[in-house]
Amino acid sequence: MRPFQYTRARDVAGAVSAAAAPEARFLAGGTNLVDLMKNGVERPARLIDITRLPLGTIEERGDGGVRIGATVRNTDAANHPLVRGRYPVLSEALLSGASPQLRNMATMGGNLLQRTRCPYFYDATFAECNKRAPGSGCAARHGVARMHAILGASEACIATHPSDMAVALAALDAAVRVTGPAGDRTLALADFYRLPGDSPERDTDLRPGELITAIDVPALDFARRSRYLKIRDRASYAFALVSVAAVLDLDGGGVIRAARVALGGVAHAPWRLPEAERRLIGQRAGEAAYRTLADALVRDARPLPDNAFKVVLARRSIVRALTAAAAMRV
Amino acid sequence: MAEAVGRPMDRIDGRAKITGAARYAVEHQPARLAHAALVMSTIARGRIVELDTREAERTAGVVAVLSHHNAARLPAARKMASNPATRELQLLQDDRVLYANQPIAVVVADTPEAADEGAQLVRAHYAVEPAEVSLERRREQAFTPQHAARPDQKPDSGHGDAEAGLQQAEVRIEQTYLTPAETHNPMEPHGTVAVWEGPERLTLYDATQGIFGDRERVAGLLGLRAENVRVISSYLGGGFGSKGPTWSHVVLAAMAARHVKRPVKLALARPQMFGPIGYRAPTRQTVALGARRDGTLTAVRHDTIAQTSSFDEFMEPCGMAARMLYACPNIATTHRLVRGDVGTPSYMRAPGWAPGTFALECAMDELAVALGMDPLQLRIKNHADSDPETGRPWSSKGLLECYRLGARRFGWSGRPSAPRSLHDGSTLIGWGLATSVYPAHRTASAARVRLQADGRVIVEAGTQDLGTGTYTVMTQIAADALGVPVSRVTMRLGDTQLPKTPVSGGSQTVASTGSAVHDAARSLREMLVGLALVDQRSPLCGAAPEAVVVEDGRMSLRDTPARGESFEALLARHGRQEVEANAEARPGPEHDQWAMYAFGAQFAEVRVDADLGTIRVSRMVGAFEAGRIVNAKTARSQLIGGMVWGIGLALHERTVMDERLGRPVNNNLAEYHVPVNADVPAIDIAWVDGNDPLVSAIGAKGIGEIGITGAGAAIANAVFHATGRRVRTLPITPDTLL
Repeated sequence: MRPFQYTRARDVAGAVSAAAAPEARFLAGGTNLVDLMKNGVERPARLIDITRLPLGTIEERGDGGVRIGATVRNTDAANHPLVRGRYPVLSEALLSGASPQLRNMATMGGNLLQRTRCPYFYDATFAECNKRAPGSGCAARHGVARMHAILGASEACIATHPSDMAVALAALDAAVRVTGPAGDRTLALADFYRLPGDSPERDTDLRPGELITAIDVPALDFARRSRYLKIRDRASYAFALVSVAAVLDLDGGGVIRAARVALGGVAHAPWRLPEAERRLIGQRAGEAAYRTLADALVRDARPLPDNAFKVVLARRSIVRALTAAAAMRV
Repeated sequence: MAEAVGRPMDRIDGRAKITGAARYAVEHQPARLAHAALVMSTIARGRIVELDTREAERTAGVVAVLSHHNAARLPAARKMASNPATRELQLLQDDRVLYANQPIAVVVADTPEAADEGAQLVRAHYAVEPAEVSLERRREQAFTPQHAARPDQKPDSGHGDAEAGLQQAEVRIEQTYLTPAETHNPMEPHGTVAVWEGPERLTLYDATQGIFGDRERVAGLLGLRAENVRVISSYLGGGFGSKGPTWSHVVLAAMAARHVKRPVKLALARPQMFGPIGYRAPTRQTVALGARRDGTLTAVRHDTIAQTSSFDEFMEPCGMAARMLYACPNIATTHRLVRGDVGTPSYMRAPGWAPGTFALECAMDELAVALGMDPLQLRIKNHADSDPETGRPWSSKGLLECYRLGARRFGWSGRPSAPRSLHDGSTLIGWGLATSVYPAHRTASAARVRLQADGRVIVEAGTQDLGTGTYTVMTQIAADALGVPVSRVTMRLGDTQLPKTPVSGGSQTVASTGSAVHDAARSLREMLVGLALVDQRSPLCGAAPEAVVVEDGRMSLRDTPARGESFEALLARHGRQEVEANAEARPGPEHDQWAMYAFGAQFAEVRVDADLGTIRVSRMVGAFEAGRIVNAKTARSQLIGGMVWGIGLALHERTVMDERLGRPVNNNLAEYHVPVNADVPAIDIAWVDGNDPLVSAIGAKGIGEIGITGAGAAIANAVFHATGRRVRTLPITPDTLL
């Protein structure tokens, strides 16, 4: 690991100004960054520890939404009464990620910024990876691609985003609050992540030096009816083959008032199709309706031989997750 | 005094481990210690054209960079090992790259951080040559191995006429089963601290399962006399076979220490364990079974193709179980190897027997389906009353009892035979079983037992404790054989200065070293009793030796317990500080006259999501017969551990290779999957009480490996019963069932 300078930020402004130094990185839980530093994927000259910033609270907002501070630990968010009560899908997604030990360290902001687990990215001794070394090629396209994207990938990159939490946040229409040299701004989660295109080295639309301060989850009364389903190769501590965050609003007669479904494990970002969701409005909740949405979500899939199974698995998982959400007593 | 052997005694070293007092190999910190980090090859085949070490050498704290340019030449390094248990090593002798993750340089620095940073800054430029890492694509070039893993594992076997037996059969099945490469991932990565005590004298603190083999190998390579090399292995965080042979990093640590004239610590990083320290070879196994309508086997054929490296041979002996497990007049087995540009595979828990019983026991299940017969009845029908290949009688065999015991605990008799008959909503439930078997190995071992004036007993034997309980079980064996409570006994092990013992492999430690400890303690007891019997001041003077019993450290007459004295009293009167006895225990001719195996039966229940393909093992029962069980607690742990690994074998483990680049891509514990707690159900372990004095004086057969045998097949058979889908390629992941 390259030697680095470590500083602990006292306040948000100080953190942002420290990040203006060359080759600086914010350090929160360190569960991903330190791993990447050991592998030589990240070689920062300076780490700015942000865990002491006053960003560690979960608060109800006036409009009924919930603001989750960027440095709240994943475990604390998952078990918080506001999160468990109002957004079961978010609690479940958090608890399905990583291991208890990692969740105890990992923060909400850091979870958003996890890098892909594509092995050709994660192990810096692989020569080809456009995400790590732009222009070097994509080894995954010619290699082992079982875990890789079936949707929204490009010639340059077929990586998937590994976060479970982000999939739930996408379904909940959450927003990411950031601050930086040019001031504060808020990005809808749908705009936060990028598809790889020609510049897979950029995972998000964060600008250099910007710091995530909070995640805003909007008031969404019907989100009490929401589930997260994660399909993986073992029962815990495994990245998703496919995951589904499903939020369903039903009227008393079992007719769909709204449905939101985000897919994980299939693309460079959580995958949603709001117009397909809208087509469910007014339909009777049930497998037929869920299948329509499932088919729409994977219609544009371009799988490789290694991961063609994800198309079938995603379709079935969507139906299962919506069925599970519909079965909830709320 | 109740016997110690058999009791569920807590681990003696448990407290030391929990408190951190136990020092593992790389926790030794001699003065002036330098730290080494390996640089690994990133290609599978070729030559190093240029190795740019300048940036590494400029890194603050870096002391030296060893490579093929400056490493000491070792004349013995390239010689093909005559001992099949040794491996050819890669010791910076030339520019050849033979596999990905081969050590190509060693960076030595004042701190581990500087060594790691230096290692990342070494740039290798290669002349890349076409490489092949696939077993399948080299299948046509299979050859007969020249070096069996063990002398009793000849590549081919045959008795009767298997082809004729298949022809005569009324029902036949023939299927091919594929098992992947699997990498050992003991919790403790491999590591070595090398300390030169003089120009010709070396001490190694090494995470090894075989201190004496390590000593011989390192001494041979470095041109030292074996007695001038001391190897210490006090505690191990698992080994599973991967720490049996000596691997390159051990010798490289010694070379680096000699080069920088300081003690050197070299610990492998997790990704560095995928290739250079052995792994389970991928196999392609074809099993053909023939039977009469009533289930009687008429033929067993088991043909294995396994991968080895381009430069060494290791044969994964998958066909061994087929040779002896079922009564059959016509049995033929073959083993062939294909070369790949890969590291040399090696022993992994139940080498051959784990993947071999997967294939054989799935084939038996397929035969049962073809016959319309209960798979348990098929096995009972073909129970072998003597070793079918050699005709030798079993030294002992409790398999039929294992079947009965396991079936009862599992509730097997309630199993509907048709697949897909059990379900819980959309979850399909299946039950499967398989036979477990592993040989009762034993080799020569020495031990020493010493009684001190204060009544304390010191037991010494080289040996190793992989975390399995060697400290504890040797203490129990010595205590009983001598007649003292376990609290008075201290076991010392893991040092080549102690009596010579074999490698902790092949489940042989209790039968081998346990026998030596038993014999030494018995011999010491006889010496002490003998001393008392001829001592006019002893209350036992003149008594017959067979009239004396020893309990709680006190010798007395069986019929007149009041007449006696303690060991301490005897020693004190004689002014002796200590009395010791040595023993050298070796397997006798009975090992050539009897067939010696441990047996078992495993039953598994799986729950399969019919739509999503996810599989959960929801119940497992293992019933075993392994002679005498020395410690009911550590034995249970060992058997559970083996069965848990069986879950991994069936559902999770696979070293994934990028065949274009010839490199592993899941070289970490996040992506190389072993079962986690959530994958492991309650595992019910039972054993048939046994005692096999032919195997060893203590009557034990060994239990380290049998737990994984059969487990993979029991689960795969349960998946078939649940789904009607027969998956013959491991691991069975959700996508295979969609």
